[in-house]
Amino acid sequence: MRKYHAPVWNERIIMEMGHKGERGIALPSTEEGIQKNTEDSESYIPNKMIRKSLPNIPEISQPHILRHYLRLSQQTLGMALNIDLGMGTCTMKHSPLINEELVKSPYFADIHPSQDDSTIQGILEIIYKFSRYICEISGMDEFTFQPGGGALGIFTNACLIRKYHEINNDLPERNEIITTLFSHPADAACPATAGFKIITLYPNSETGLPDIEALKAAVSKHTAGLMITNPEDTGIFNPKIDEFVKIIHEAGGLCAYDQANSNALFGITRAREAGFDMCHFNIHKAFSSPHGCMGPACGAVGVRKELTEFLPVPIVTFDGSKYHLDYDRPNSIGKMREFMGNIETILRAYSWIMCMGPDGLRKVAETSIININYLVKKLVKIRGVTLAYPKQNIRLDQARFSLKELKDETDVGTDDVARRIVDFGVQEYFTSHHPWIVQEPFLPEPCETYSKEDIDYWAEIVRYICEEAQTNPEIVKTAPHNQTIKKINTKPLNDPNQWALTWRAYIKKKGKK
Amino acid sequence: MKKKLGLIVNPIAGMGGSVGLKGTDGKKILSQAKQLGAIPTAHIRTTEALKELLPIKNSIDLYTYPHEMGEEEAKACSYTPKILGSIIKGKTTSLDTKNAAIDMLNHKVDLILFVGGDGTARDIYEVVGDKIPVLGVPAGVKIHSSSFAINSRAAGSLAAKFLQGLIDLRAAEVMDIDEEAFRQNVLSAKLYGYLKVPHEEQMVQNVKIGSIPSQRETIESIAWEIISNMKEDYYIIGPGTTTKSILKKLNLEYSLLGVDIVYQKKLIASDVNENQILKIIDGKKAKIVVTVIGGQGYIFGRGNQQISSKVIEKVGKTNIIIVASEDKIISLKGNPLLVDTNDEEINKMLKGYFRVTTGYRRSMMYRIA
Repeated sequence: MRKYHAPVWNERIIMEMGHKGERGIALPSTEEGIQKNTEDSESYIPNKMIRKSLPNIPEISQPHILRHYLRLSQQTLGMALNIDLGMGTCTMKHSPLINEELVKSPYFADIHPSQDDSTIQGILEIIYKFSRYICEISGMDEFTFQPGGGALGIFTNACLIRKYHEINNDLPERNEIITTLFSHPADAACPATAGFKIITLYPNSETGLPDIEALKAAVSKHTAGLMITNPEDTGIFNPKIDEFVKIIHEAGGLCAYDQANSNALFGITRAREAGFDMCHFNIHKAFSSPHGCMGPACGAVGVRKELTEFLPVPIVTFDGSKYHLDYDRPNSIGKMREFMGNIETILRAYSWIMCMGPDGLRKVAETSIININYLVKKLVKIRGVTLAYPKQNIRLDQARFSLKELKDETDVGTDDVARRIVDFGVQEYFTSHHPWIVQEPFLPEPCETYSKEDIDYWAEIVRYICEEAQTNPEIVKTAPHNQTIKKINTKPLNDPNQWALTWRAYIKKKGKK
Repeated sequence: MKKKLGLIVNPIAGMGGSVGLKGTDGKKILSQAKQLGAIPTAHIRTTEALKELLPIKNSIDLYTYPHEMGEEEAKACSYTPKILGSIIKGKTTSLDTKNAAIDMLNHKVDLILFVGGDGTARDIYEVVGDKIPVLGVPAGVKIHSSSFAINSRAAGSLAAKFLQGLIDLRAAEVMDIDEEAFRQNVLSAKLYGYLKVPHEEQMVQNVKIGSIPSQRETIESIAWEIISNMKEDYYIIGPGTTTKSILKKLNLEYSLLGVDIVYQKKLIASDVNENQILKIIDGKKAKIVVTVIGGQGYIFGRGNQQISSKVIEKVGKTNIIIVASEDKIISLKGNPLLVDTNDEEINKMLKGYFRVTTGYRRSMMYRIA
């Protein structure tokens, strides 16, 4: 095993650094001629917008700034720095570097979102063509790329369902969305934010899948729709998904397919064939654009023909010779984000699918499936590790494991192993979304990026730590030891009184100056 | 300042189980158990728990009772305990447990760690109530009370975390069954009350998860859900902290272990029996609000026998509201909810998937067997 130790800089917060008057760049003063011929720059700013006092921002020299941020970057374990396959539901695949050249190109980077359609025909063509391809991948008829993240994509679907029932004069009565416990939690949270009541189907303890009988008992005249992930966040595919969709349709609801993680589905199955009315993809995950934490991401939403009138505006259209931004859609749910969303993700994704081609995309899915099932075979051999719902013998994109046996035997649980794993130079793994119905869980997902050697190495780290749990449990329970920071007390994380999300909040709560 | 930890070991706990006696309450049963060759295990569980506390040994004062009630195990684990009270070696009874609890209460210990089963929990509860925090190390035959940690090691590590101020408390049910009836294969469980027990909320360590609502928030949101739907019905509200949070939110007096009736957000009757319920709801529209009692998943027939089959029949299946936090449902490990009214027909009628209210505008489909 590789010997590893992270750099420890004990870096202060930038707000605590520097001195009054210290500068990163000394700007030259304005030339005399210009000064004479212009008014004071402050006179251009409307009175009510002028600050009464200067903003409290750090004053610091250029080398100190460089040093500070380089040190911080050294203290992180980025995707390009480690075998980061432990993040089930959102392990990032490799983002080809050539695509970064495309988005950096001035032809793209210098486009202003307020430019006239006629001057951005090139990027509109890419968006339009990408929408045609993604319609083919999903079986849907029209797409929007406006949502700036996966959760916003799911929220968009919830708003589309709401609009559909509103137009049909059904809205006050149809106020319930059905989801499953192992669907991504956003499939419950987003419709709840859109005003729906949420009914969750509990999984069968043998299969890990929701029971049809439970769904039948849940539907009623109040059913607005189903929002579901498949494969669920266990990696298990629900083979009766079309029956689920049928039951909801018979009850008068719509069905939204959460395909944020479509890594194991490319070229294998589509939302349309299962009968879904709408779906969403995380372009920043499955389509190779880098992840951005609600930043430069894209939750692409696709719908069937009957629902296209409700999509957010604008939609890119093509009249045979020119591309247009169509705002004239009276039944649209409006805007989910400014302009067209994060178009750089679409440019990267377009480049990626054009490089892969249909066979390449199918191979992405097949490789992802082979990789996770290979990892399963390796991990279940480790003492203390068990696979949840072992009677299901195939996992699609990820697999949920349990360290309950390890915990019972050694008192070392999944939180301990997650903290220890970073001592070996790989990022903390994802335990799983709450609630932890599988006890002491962890949820790896190798996707298609990681090689056999990478997967072997990661599995070896888990094996090594589980052995440590037997021979020297304290080293695992007190981890991390080789990292930038030591084990922290996590209790304050659950106490809003101790949070400070900004420096100003910190000062306010701590009473310090 | 050093924290004070009280240790009470019920040395005979668990002995009945190993020889199939369904418990060890009562002198006769104990001698029967001994004759059958029962081996005491409480001291092993005690040692396992105490070992988890060794890292903070120097920052705690350990108080315990003589000989096999804690002294021997504590010394074996290299503690120097302060010994309280006196017992007759080899002949301890439930009175010794209670005396020990009284002495610990008087010494103002920060936590009582007790080793035993449901009977021991009940003895401690009778003395301590919710005055000081306690935590059970499971060693008995019957473990229905949720005042126990999942195993002895977890108990030790929870106790250590609590004494270091790292975790908070929760209210835990004290359940016990009538052993004599149990031996005749009649299960009759009673909810005795609530102890304050150290509790480790699932920690938020991963940014992907976001925050998880605390137990208190969950229970409050369940209460809001019920209150916001209250209309022209009589609400028969069963025992438990989850159900009684409804009355708490309405600023009404409530009987934690009894059945109360609310009408138009006012308390109509408190701690009622079956006949009183039937009389009050006669000819009226009513709803029943119950929660899952204990770890086994009972919603009717355990601790709420007042809501009898007759009451259920009168109110009707569609007017039954089951409330439970997601955590409580998950603690059932996929096992179904259970009903045990005195009427087989009613038990059968209740079978199938039910919508359990888990929060404000939130519910979960779960099966009643």
